[in-house]
Amino acid sequence: MKSNVITIIRKELRRFFFDPRLVISTLILPGLLIYLVYSFMGTGFTASFSTPDTYVYKVDTVNVPESIHGYFDGIYFVDQNEVDGYNAGKERLDAGESDALIVFPEGFDETVAKRDPEDIPNIDIYYNSSRVPSAEAYTNLVRILDSYEKSISNVFDINNTEKQYDLSTQKEVTSKVFSMILPMLIMVFLFSGCMSIAPESIAGEKERGTIATLLVTPVSRSEIAIGKILSVSFIALLSGISSAAGTILSLPKLVGLSGQVDASGYGIGDYVFMLLVILSTIMVIVSVMSIISAFARTVKEANTAVLPLMILSMLVSVTTMFGSSVPNDAVWYLIPLYNSVQCMSAVFGMSYSLVNVITTVSLNVSLSIVLLIVLAKMFNSERIMFSR
Amino acid sequence: MDEILELKNVSKTFRLSAKQRKIEHTDSKLRVAVSDLSFGVEKGEIFGLLGPNGAGKTTTLRMISTLIRPDSGDIIVGGSSAVSSPWDVRSKIGFLTSELKLEDFFTPNYIYDFFSSLHNVDEKVRDERKQFLFEKFGIDRFAEVRIANLSTGMKQKLSIAVSLVHDPEIIIFDEPTNGLDVITSRTVTDFLLELKSRGKTIVVSTHIFSLVEKLCDRVGILIDGVLVACGSIESVSDGMSLEDRFFDMYRKVMDKRQ
Ligand SMILES: Nc1ncnc2c1ncn2[C@@H]1O[C@H](COP(=O)(O)OP(=O)(O)O)[C@@H](O)[C@H]1O
Ligand SMILES: [Mg+2]
Repeated sequence: MKSNVITIIRKELRRFFFDPRLVISTLILPGLLIYLVYSFMGTGFTASFSTPDTYVYKVDTVNVPESIHGYFDGIYFVDQNEVDGYNAGKERLDAGESDALIVFPEGFDETVAKRDPEDIPNIDIYYNSSRVPSAEAYTNLVRILDSYEKSISNVFDINNTEKQYDLSTQKEVTSKVFSMILPMLIMVFLFSGCMSIAPESIAGEKERGTIATLLVTPVSRSEIAIGKILSVSFIALLSGISSAAGTILSLPKLVGLSGQVDASGYGIGDYVFMLLVILSTIMVIVSVMSIISAFARTVKEANTAVLPLMILSMLVSVTTMFGSSVPNDAVWYLIPLYNSVQCMSAVFGMSYSLVNVITTVSLNVSLSIVLLIVLAKMFNSERIMFSR
Repeated sequence: MDEILELKNVSKTFRLSAKQRKIEHTDSKLRVAVSDLSFGVEKGEIFGLLGPNGAGKTTTLRMISTLIRPDSGDIIVGGSSAVSSPWDVRSKIGFLTSELKLEDFFTPNYIYDFFSSLHNVDEKVRDERKQFLFEKFGIDRFAEVRIANLSTGMKQKLSIAVSLVHDPEIIIFDEPTNGLDVITSRTVTDFLLELKSRGKTIVVSTHIFSLVEKLCDRVGILIDGVLVACGSIESVSDGMSLEDRFFDMYRKVMDKRQ
């Protein structure tokens, strides 16, 4: 009994690993493409939406007061330059010769000194938001002038010391980001991994008439079902690992945390639970897909039929991205796929409960066993295996 | 009489899918493929099931091989019922039909070993038997070539070899020479005679009269799912040629229908 399952698994794995095309398209390409695309997107964002750290904003001024002239002198990234009135300044800004134009009212320092609430001077800052340096210059100038304003009329300070006020650690930031993004990505990877092999392994063999050859041997239908599901699950897991590796390597670049993602907060226990949740989820996905594929007459039919399931699970996995907190009631973990997504989110967020993880894994495993029995029954049904 | 295979009042009706009804221009949802079929095959003989396309030959052989179940009746193969203990039957028979394909991706060597191990054949026995069969069919030279790259004839010969990995007592071949060139065809028929001389029981289906005359000890004539004659070739032919006798019966069935 056991040896037949092993013989079938060995054949299935050989079919996969000895075919360079399959190995490249399901194991190597997903990880590589994800890494390249995400890294590219990440660096692309940073490159087009920010200026280099050494950039110096060219700021034109009209009527610059003494006080502010001195203040700007102390700021290395502002290159201040007095121009001859608004029109001249606007011309230079339009031509891109400056990044911003500040027009001060005449007698600014004196007006400020009077501290008359009826007579508050206004500073105009002109800029061009379609140019990144100009838009940045504007935000920086607002910030600089704001703090200048506070420095001359100081009543109290907030967080104006050298202390560290944000008490979150990098590990916590990482786990927060992971718990929001990774569950969905993992579901996508697992699904696409399964999609590329489950229909082929079952509907494909049916389409080509090779499964019938297996059915005339004295091998039980459940052995065939177990062999198929285990080997497809194994390959789907590898495919998932490939995609996950690509994501984890490129994630720092994607979320702009370059070099700051710190996964060292996870312990062995977290990884073990994660692996259990993922494995049991793969089993569920593979068995559902296998059943759908067994109904289909061709691989094409199977692929089409599997699609709605994929979309449904994508919708379910998006739930973790809206920050809605993970439900605590164990009943929620009896809903397949949803339970996996929530569990992954909780484990990544380091806020999982053992009961919920155990509920999820045992529900998934028992569901897979039921589905496996159904699949074995289907292999035994001539209506399904020999439909015309 | 020592009957190793016996069909008792076997019937099989298929439900036609909408697609199939359209293809075949018919409104009836049911198709009687085989009706009340009874015959026996003796140990050590070659039995031919002769009939035109659509007569129900493949359906009959599939039921014997446990791939599909009869709606009624029973089939006893080597003392076991194909209906109630299909497992016992599967280990006693070797089944070959053009619908059973081998996975293109693998080599003859691997596929042979794969099916041997599913049939629990001891490795030493397996290797001897493989060498014998591969030499017999000239597969040995192609043992490590992917099946996808083999000729149709070579594929068919490999299918035959694979169906015999467990050296079954009863061999059931559905149109074994269909689509083969004359030389491969001859190899196959010679091999069937050799198997018979080693005491095996063989059931073949065909629509080729000459094949029956050359090969078979007894023949059953199947028309429209009904066995219209069964016996030795001489008794069925009744003094005519087998072909003339067949068309005689065929016309009678068609006349009765109208
Ligand atoms: N799975 C099936 N579904 C529906 N009809 C079938 C099926 N298998 C066979 N038939 C029908 O049963 C009849 C007998 O077919 P078959 O046994 O293949 O004949 P033969 O092998 O003698 O050519 C044919 O009319 C065929 O269309
Ligand atoms: Mg046929």
